[in-house]
Amino acid sequence: MSTANDDRRKAPAGERVADWADGRLGIYSLAKANMRKIFPDHWSFMLGEICLYSFIIIILTGVYLTLFFHPSMNEVEYHGSYVPLQGQLMSEAFASTLDISFDVRGGLLIRQIHHWAAIIFLAGMFVHMMRVFFTGAFRKPREINWLFGFLLFVLGMFTGFTGYSLPDDLLSGTGVRFTQGAILATPVVGTYISMFLFGGEFPGGDFVARFYSIHILLLPGIMLGLVVGHLILVFYHKHTQFAGPGRTNKNVVGMPLLPVYMAKAGGFFFLVFGFIAMLAAVASINPIWALGPYRADQVSTGAQPDWYMGFAEGLIRAMPGWEINLWGHTLVLGVFIPLVLFGLFLGIIALYPFIESWITGDKREHHILDRPRNAPTRTAFGVAWVTAYMIMLIGGGNDIVATHFHLSINAVTWFVRIGFFAGPVIAFVVTKRICLGLQRRDKDKVLHGRESGIIKRLPHGEFIEIHEPLSQEQLHVLTAHEQYQPAEIGPAVDENGVERKVKGSQKLRAKLSEAYYGDDSQIPKPTAEEYREITSGHGHH
Amino acid sequence: MKKLSARRRHPLAAVVVLLIALAATGGLYTLFAPADKAKADETAQSLAIDEGKKLYAVGCASCHGTGGQGTTDGPSLVGVGAAAVDFQVATGRMPAQQPGAQVPKKRNIYSQAEIDQLAAYIASLGAGPSVPTENQYNPEGADIAEGGELFRTNCAQCHNFTGKGGALTTGKYAPTLEDVDPKHIYEAMQTGPQNMPSFPDTTLTEKNKKDIIAYLDAVNSDKSESPGGLELGGLGPVSEGLFGWIFGLGGLIAVAVWVAARTAKAKKS
Repeated sequence: MSTANDDRRKAPAGERVADWADGRLGIYSLAKANMRKIFPDHWSFMLGEICLYSFIIIILTGVYLTLFFHPSMNEVEYHGSYVPLQGQLMSEAFASTLDISFDVRGGLLIRQIHHWAAIIFLAGMFVHMMRVFFTGAFRKPREINWLFGFLLFVLGMFTGFTGYSLPDDLLSGTGVRFTQGAILATPVVGTYISMFLFGGEFPGGDFVARFYSIHILLLPGIMLGLVVGHLILVFYHKHTQFAGPGRTNKNVVGMPLLPVYMAKAGGFFFLVFGFIAMLAAVASINPIWALGPYRADQVSTGAQPDWYMGFAEGLIRAMPGWEINLWGHTLVLGVFIPLVLFGLFLGIIALYPFIESWITGDKREHHILDRPRNAPTRTAFGVAWVTAYMIMLIGGGNDIVATHFHLSINAVTWFVRIGFFAGPVIAFVVTKRICLGLQRRDKDKVLHGRESGIIKRLPHGEFIEIHEPLSQEQLHVLTAHEQYQPAEIGPAVDENGVERKVKGSQKLRAKLSEAYYGDDSQIPKPTAEEYREITSGHGHH
Repeated sequence: MKKLSARRRHPLAAVVVLLIALAATGGLYTLFAPADKAKADETAQSLAIDEGKKLYAVGCASCHGTGGQGTTDGPSLVGVGAAAVDFQVATGRMPAQQPGAQVPKKRNIYSQAEIDQLAAYIASLGAGPSVPTENQYNPEGADIAEGGELFRTNCAQCHNFTGKGGALTTGKYAPTLEDVDPKHIYEAMQTGPQNMPSFPDTTLTEKNKKDIIAYLDAVNSDKSESPGGLELGGLGPVSEGLFGWIFGLGGLIAVAVWVAARTAKAKKS
């Protein structure tokens, strides 16, 4: 079959293509370095994947929508297929969204996939962020990546906002008006920014076109860059893992990227896509045809933003309408204070990793995750933050809560006002107690074993419950965590009896450290001696 | 003329004048007087008022006063008109079960005949809007799009974009307009029950009202469709967000747990 001089085997086509590509892209060394990258297996590590995939789905469906959307505020008369709006005057943006919904093939489904994916993208990022927070995955070396993730969440909020404002419907127009109000409430620069953003008085004829570039180009562009950076850093830092036998700060135990993890991740992408498509096929979202075109003289009750802006809405709704009039200028505290709180509230969670590392003074790398109970103060802080967030979400929907639970809207608003301050405090205390309780239970389990539920009666009549000792693996998981000692500022006087200079920040740090790691904030984990002492003599206690 | 003038002092002149005057009055009366049917109607009307008054004394007088003049527990009903009675009683709001922020809609226990009698009695207390006829509120042939615009301008502030209802202050609320009888929508606009402002014909013309009814009929009745799928209550982003979190993200996390549980790791022996 082969000729005599063809002694060299001809490489298969795939290999030749790979060779060709390697000569130009250097894929072999890349693959060698990364193909065996290990990813640990835990469902909570897939939350980030949900976000990534919904982001990809948003981009894909978004491209389709741009083909048919007209980002223009020119007034047109509607003559499409939706009867209850025929003959109405509306902007081209609204009319083209109606066309996408009713006259473009697959348009409504794609619109709904796009919007549901956005809702899920933001919700996924929120939960992913909380997963990272409560397990302490933000610690060195991942602080920068935490900030990347935080920025993605905030940019996602604004991309979502500019996106749902594009159809120029009555609901989103009300939201844009709300935003303009917040801009106007900013002292000194507010009016200038508003005039600049809207190209004159609200609503003007420009904002749809401007939001369009922001929504499809500027923000997603930055986000795409951040996503890539986020993933590169995950690769570079390697994934964190929960404590377990054989897992150290220096290794990662799990499945290699190729083929196992890749297959799983690829499959998961299609599951996410399929699931969101199914959701979009079943449930309606943002039915702009029912809302009608935006007109500055119309407004509806029950006008809320999408959920991720809901806590901003809540801040405004809960805030009393205070204002100060000075020298002919009005400072609208009723809007300005919520605006400031909005920034502070998000900012504090963004800066948390730096605050915690300052308190612990820990400069080491951490690749083993904390179980939330083993960091009670952090967990309690996180729950307090989430509680305040959720209370503000209730505030944002106070009218819906009032009508559907047959309550007075004033009572709901007062609950939110008080709850915003009291809720986090209660949540903090309760969470910390629960964490400490769980730590005690862990200690108990390590020293005395698991309650088996088997009750034995001894010859002299005593009843005892048999405790089964834990396996080595379980013992390791329950005792692997490290417990910090509160930072000391040292004696108040030096060896000569002279008062030492202690900086205020050091004193604060020592106080916070005591609050984090003092006697009231953690249960000393069982030591090997304690364990030996108890397990050597009698099996139960 | 001279003859007439000469006989004006004739002894029978007064009698003749009287006869002529009587004939004229009688003739004019037969000419202009309502027919027998009207006579019967009038008696029926007064009968209805009487019956209505009796019903009123039983069901309404304890709050609105024995003559409809109102008390501290209920407003005066003088001049509210038959339309208000028909709306309040036929939707079950009146008689109210208990005082509160707002009197809710409930099952109506009066027959339409009884409601008409009550309405007749209240209408007799003072002029007010009458019960609309069917061709006033029938949505057939009205301009739905125009009605939508009017609805968003005048009604959506309280009743939501498509009439799903909304909250008002201190426990009061604008009820949902889903499947409300067109007649009652018309009457509500005309009379402004409870916290609702009234929209008399000078504000919203008969045609405007009809358009609004037609719009609600198209977007918020059992025959209106939701092109996007499940409507999720039609409440907008709050219910969408809840649905997205619980079923969207919740479902995806369930999928993630399932995927993570199916791993390639060696089976434990």
